[in-house]
Amino acid sequence: MKKYAYFPGCSLEKMALSYHKSSLETTKALGVELEELDDWNCCGATTYFHLDEILANTLVARNLAIAEKEGLDFVAPCSACYKNAYFTNTYMKEDEDLAEHINFALEADDLQLEGNMTVHHLIDIFANEIGADGIKEKVSVPLEGLRIAPYYGCQIVRPRKNGEEVEAPEFFEEILTALGAEAVDYTNKTRCCGGSLLLTNRKAALDMIRILLYDAVQSGTDVIATACPLCQVNLEAYQTQVNEEFGTDFSVPVLYFTQLVGLALGIAPKKLGIGMELVSTLPVLSQFIAKEAR
Amino acid sequence: MADTITFSQEISNLMYAAHGSPLNNCIQCGTCSGTCPAVEFMDQTPRRLIGMINADLKEDVLDANTSWVCASCYHCTVRCPAKIDIAGAMYAVKRYSIWNKTYSDDLVGPVFSETFMKTIVRSGRSYEPILAPTYIFGFGAKEFFQEVQGATKMMLKGRIPVLPSKIKRLKNFQSMIKHIIPMGEEE
Ligand code: SF4
Ligand code: SF4
Ligand code: SF4
Ligand code: SF4
Repeated sequence: MKKYAYFPGCSLEKMALSYHKSSLETTKALGVELEELDDWNCCGATTYFHLDEILANTLVARNLAIAEKEGLDFVAPCSACYKNAYFTNTYMKEDEDLAEHINFALEADDLQLEGNMTVHHLIDIFANEIGADGIKEKVSVPLEGLRIAPYYGCQIVRPRKNGEEVEAPEFFEEILTALGAEAVDYTNKTRCCGGSLLLTNRKAALDMIRILLYDAVQSGTDVIATACPLCQVNLEAYQTQVNEEFGTDFSVPVLYFTQLVGLALGIAPKKLGIGMELVSTLPVLSQFIAKEAR
Repeated sequence: MADTITFSQEISNLMYAAHGSPLNNCIQCGTCSGTCPAVEFMDQTPRRLIGMINADLKEDVLDANTSWVCASCYHCTVRCPAKIDIAGAMYAVKRYSIWNKTYSDDLVGPVFSETFMKTIVRSGRSYEPILAPTYIFGFGAKEFFQEVQGATKMMLKGRIPVLPSKIKRLKNFQSMIKHIIPMGEEE
């Protein structure tokens, strides 16, 4: 059983608890072990990068160094954390000068970072380590007829990490079809939702969310699947506000992909944090949930 | 030579760890502006902003809301034919304006960034409710009300933490930060 150092990130502690729970449940069921990083710190999302690049990289490096000490590869379920971790790890190898600065600071916590581990987004573990076939084998409740829109958001695919496909990725669709569901094809699957603009330029952010919701709903989506706590909150929690602002009537459930994987694996909804969402998923999911578990 | 450094050089220096091509490789093709999902909310398009940086139009660059409207989605960066990291340049302009305190008062972005930062230096973890009052002043009354509604709903669903958590080795963490920038007296 392959074991990873798991960096949940701040959002998963509470706001995205359902992502946390369902990540642990589903990986366990699929034979991958996630060991939570000891004493991790916030990686700064995109916000530290507004202030100082070296500091931002140092904060990320501390988490990486803790994983390196354990000799484990690194996995993050939050796209922003993942992007930060991926690039800091890469820069440690490519940029001696930066590495020297960072290691000097890390000494304060008795840590050192070489940058020799691999850094993954959680969805990468499903898409590549376990793979669509590996998931399919374990599906006991196929999500037949469920139309799921895979929402990649930005930071999983961008910036380009290693020359991979950034304009039309397909790995999310492959996971969804392995569950027996239908992956909705819509134009804006990698268009940005506005991110933390919600806090700083609300008008722009609400408009960006509206465009995404419209596209997904227009394409016949039952539920949107995300792979990032920030994407999930932006698309779900702000639907009411989009509706108030634009006179629309969106009410589309937004789940973490791990919750959908879990359902298909026959894991009890409660263990997957289903029921914590603001837009109810019962109308679309009830057919896949045993009566007594609803 | 330190006193003859141009504005465009200063911005490039603030892109220390970004590994794109030099900004003056820009061919003004407009791909970035055409790609940007937030462009209609910017007073200068990304293409124009890069052009303005290269022309050392410091005042105009800093007056533009462009860098603060940028959502850091990197769509422009992956498409730029000249391989410029435009999103990285946006960060550099933000850094410049925070460090030089040149941002205009009606922008919420800088306040948000600084508050977020202070929270993390204090606890090692981010904590959204602490930030709320600070950035919320930037909203009008209607938006404020919507924000509170949203937060209450999340709270009822148990999705907003009541107290921030702290990391265990906080002292080490803070001293690590001081190795990089001398800031933030502990309270
Ligand atoms: S990116 Fe978000 S969730 Fe990840 S550690 Fe940073 S603030 Fe916390
Ligand atoms: S889609 Fe939105 S929340 Fe997701 S990574 Fe991009 S900006 Fe962040
Ligand atoms: S896409 Fe690149 S080359 Fe084209 S205008 Fe933008 S920055 Fe310049
Ligand atoms: S990174 Fe910023 S400037 Fe570039 S496309 Fe995204 S929002 Fe626009």
